[in-house]
Amino acid sequence: MAKKKATRRSTAKPKASGRGTLWIGTAKGGFALEPSGSSWRLRGPFCLGAKTNDLRLDPRDGKTLLMSSTGGHLGPTIYRSLDKGKSWTEAKKPPRFAKLSPKSPRGKAARASRGQSVQINFWLQPGHHSEAGVWYCGTSPQGLFRSTDAGQTWSAVNGFNHNPMWTKWVSVGQDGTPDGPVLHSIEIDPRDARHMTVSCSSGGTFESCDRGRTWTPINRGIESNFLPDSDVEYGQDPHCMHMHPADPDRWYQQNHCGIYRLDRAEGERWSRIGTKMPKGVGDIGFPIVLHPTDPDTAWVFPMDGTTIWPRTSPAGKPALFVTRNGGRSWSKQNKGFPKSHAYWTVLRQALDSDSNPGRTGLYFGTTSGEIWGSQDSGASWKQLAAHLPRIYSLRVGYPKR
Amino acid sequence: MSSPSKGGAADSAGKVSVQVSSILHEYTGGESQLWAKGGTVQALLADLERRHKGLRFRIIDEQDCIRPHIKIYVDGRQIGALKATVGSQAEVHILQALSGG
Repeated sequence: MAKKKATRRSTAKPKASGRGTLWIGTAKGGFALEPSGSSWRLRGPFCLGAKTNDLRLDPRDGKTLLMSSTGGHLGPTIYRSLDKGKSWTEAKKPPRFAKLSPKSPRGKAARASRGQSVQINFWLQPGHHSEAGVWYCGTSPQGLFRSTDAGQTWSAVNGFNHNPMWTKWVSVGQDGTPDGPVLHSIEIDPRDARHMTVSCSSGGTFESCDRGRTWTPINRGIESNFLPDSDVEYGQDPHCMHMHPADPDRWYQQNHCGIYRLDRAEGERWSRIGTKMPKGVGDIGFPIVLHPTDPDTAWVFPMDGTTIWPRTSPAGKPALFVTRNGGRSWSKQNKGFPKSHAYWTVLRQALDSDSNPGRTGLYFGTTSGEIWGSQDSGASWKQLAAHLPRIYSLRVGYPKR
Repeated sequence: MSSPSKGGAADSAGKVSVQVSSILHEYTGGESQLWAKGGTVQALLADLERRHKGLRFRIIDEQDCIRPHIKIYVDGRQIGALKATVGSQAEVHILQALSGG
């Protein structure tokens, strides 16, 4: 596959500034936390009782909200709102795999349905800024779906879902998150709508340069200590991966086995940049979030990935860590957090930044239902809300006034 | 949920009684008692889908399997596949299984 042309340039042009609205997906529905004077105002719940793995506002129109929903007993669907969450309409055709037909080609390598059914609409991603109405959805089991009508109807991206390598690339069955294996971190190159990546837990990261028709694993250099061979082409467990918006050739990844960076224009091998994290903390976690304009700045929220993997703040002491030099060093940020006995963590969609390049706003939701925010790039933190259900996602968005 | 009617429940149009629980009220306008035409569960659900858009996919997946936490009964007998036949006087229940937390 041809390498993307090397460009170290700023393509990120923040369209909105100030505090955005925090769109929050929880185990029991969606919420919005809106700026209100110097404080915040909580709205919701949206679809109370439904597991909401993602809730996002379209940055292109500042109007279309999509919310994934799994109703406990009911199958998964997607809801849309065009009035800031006041009313919701179900998608006419939610993501679904092709039906397995007796006439379908058989065998693991067949370019056809393998008879899966979508269990969770896990990750919602607005498409390229030039493609109004295009959205992507990653599911469990690992499938990729596209909408071209702002989330009303969805079609399978069968270059991935029916790829002859699918059963080898991705885990099938019990592997993956407690809710099942997921496709997440759908990244669209801001320079080129055809260039995109997806990541699978487990399976690894995959790159397409033709809008999803063909895919190539891109995982070399990433450890997979749960496999007999630790350096393999695919099978890794990325937890969260992002192209940097200001330099789409710079990729960051929080993996099951550490924090990594790839300078795509320079090759295809990831480098572990988490080795400079404090030894007592380690470099295991779920989310990673990037600065809106500085390609060298990223934040992570480590969790305890030792022994039996408690998946809590290490030693019960929550902290973010920031690098301002591409991972050569990391600094702790915990001013305002509990100093002990805080055994929550932050899931992969639940840490986000706003568009302010100077004093970047950072926000996250916890597994214990708290919302925390910083208005000074993580230097200090305040609790903005509490007592919500377990938080799966938190996304900053700027509604059109 | 309202109590199912007894002893054959075809209405005047030859439809059979379909009782649904509250998890589907979003699609039925809050109604628990529905009426539908069809000689199989598949046909009944197709008829219901025409009037209650989106209902079917929440209880039946894209491979035509009944979702894990949904149970469908015909005359008190749980069915496992949509090809199950439905008599003209049948009573159908679409219920949720115990699950979750």
